[in-house]
Amino acid sequence: MTVGRTPSVVQNSGQVLPAGHEPANLGDILERVLDRGIVIAGDIRVSLLDIELLTLKLRLVIASVDTARQIGIDWWEHDPWLSSRARPPVEPGPRDPEEVEASRRPRVAARAAREEWDEYDG
Amino acid sequence: MSTTAEPARAVPGTGSAVWLHGVVAAVTATPAGTTGIAGTPVRSVAGAGLVAVVSDVPLAEYGEEALRRNLEDLAWLERAARAHHAVVAALCGAGPVVPARLATVHRDDDRVARVLAERHDELAGTLARLTGREEWGVKGYVVPGATPRTEEPAAGGGAGAAYLRRRKAQLTAREEGQRIAADAAAAVHAALAGYAVTARRHAPQDRRLSGAPTAMVLNGAYLIDRERLDGFAALVRELADRHPEIRLEATGPWPPYSFVAEPSAEPAWA
Repeated sequence: MTVGRTPSVVQNSGQVLPAGHEPANLGDILERVLDRGIVIAGDIRVSLLDIELLTLKLRLVIASVDTARQIGIDWWEHDPWLSSRARPPVEPGPRDPEEVEASRRPRVAARAAREEWDEYDG
Repeated sequence: MSTTAEPARAVPGTGSAVWLHGVVAAVTATPAGTTGIAGTPVRSVAGAGLVAVVSDVPLAEYGEEALRRNLEDLAWLERAARAHHAVVAALCGAGPVVPARLATVHRDDDRVARVLAERHDELAGTLARLTGREEWGVKGYVVPGATPRTEEPAAGGGAGAAYLRRRKAQLTAREEGQRIAADAAAAVHAALAGYAVTARRHAPQDRRLSGAPTAMVLNGAYLIDRERLDGFAALVRELADRHPEIRLEATGPWPPYSFVAEPSAEPAWA
């Protein structure tokens, strides 16, 4: 086997498939450049905590934004933390925590059910 | 670790700063014509016998506030990640490189040179350790067919009871399937780690990140001696044959992103 500089993919078939000119998977790149690599404190402080939080969010989102959209995950578009195009929250102002929790519960349950279904399906 | 509390610039939006791509051993030439993060040429900054590979960035886009905002913009982030990675990958062709984490920005060349001096021993040691080696990633995904199928339980009782029995059987099958896949992942990782110079097991990517149809159970990184790559590829193929219960996918060669930090800093994924 010849290993060039282009990333290649070994699959169960035993074949080593050159990835050709396709750019490497975005998820793989992001995971590496955000999560790994040497940490040197620069003068411009984008604190590592920011990056880690961002990475956590990205874990749920990135790679294929389109895929995520297809399965109905688009919350980042409304999350000011992730998107500059985010719209302001529908209900501005402080809310009663119990009310927030009560409205959150069915959404969480629905998501859990969907994930369970996906997982089992997969 | 050097830290500074000084603001980057008094006036945001004017002037430029220096983006660090990575550190290479002295003499290794900066690839001519390589474009840096902001489309500016890649330059080298020498210090303490090492070379930092940098590119100039406008503070209007890469200053503290702007950078924080831009990193949250997925399109901007993708472009930056790919540009940064492209420089690091190009450097890898010429010799060992210590890749910098994304968004390592200094005020000027002097500050970069100071980092090279302050962290010389660590950087030089890492470069020596990485010489002649490259990172390969091996991911393992659950193969649904390998999940043991459970018999449909015999009817009896009401629809509710039947549902509960079916649900229980499904859960048992799923747990069993996950256990089998997890065991296979552990076995594959152990075998690859035994062959590699060093190995890391990273958190599996979320399915929404991996884009794969089934759950990832192994996200390993392996530092391999270049002259032993053939054996590594053969081992991956052998393991793939031996463990049909997971689908293996190897990617590489990667710059050694996973092998520049102290192992203790990594979360354990056993």
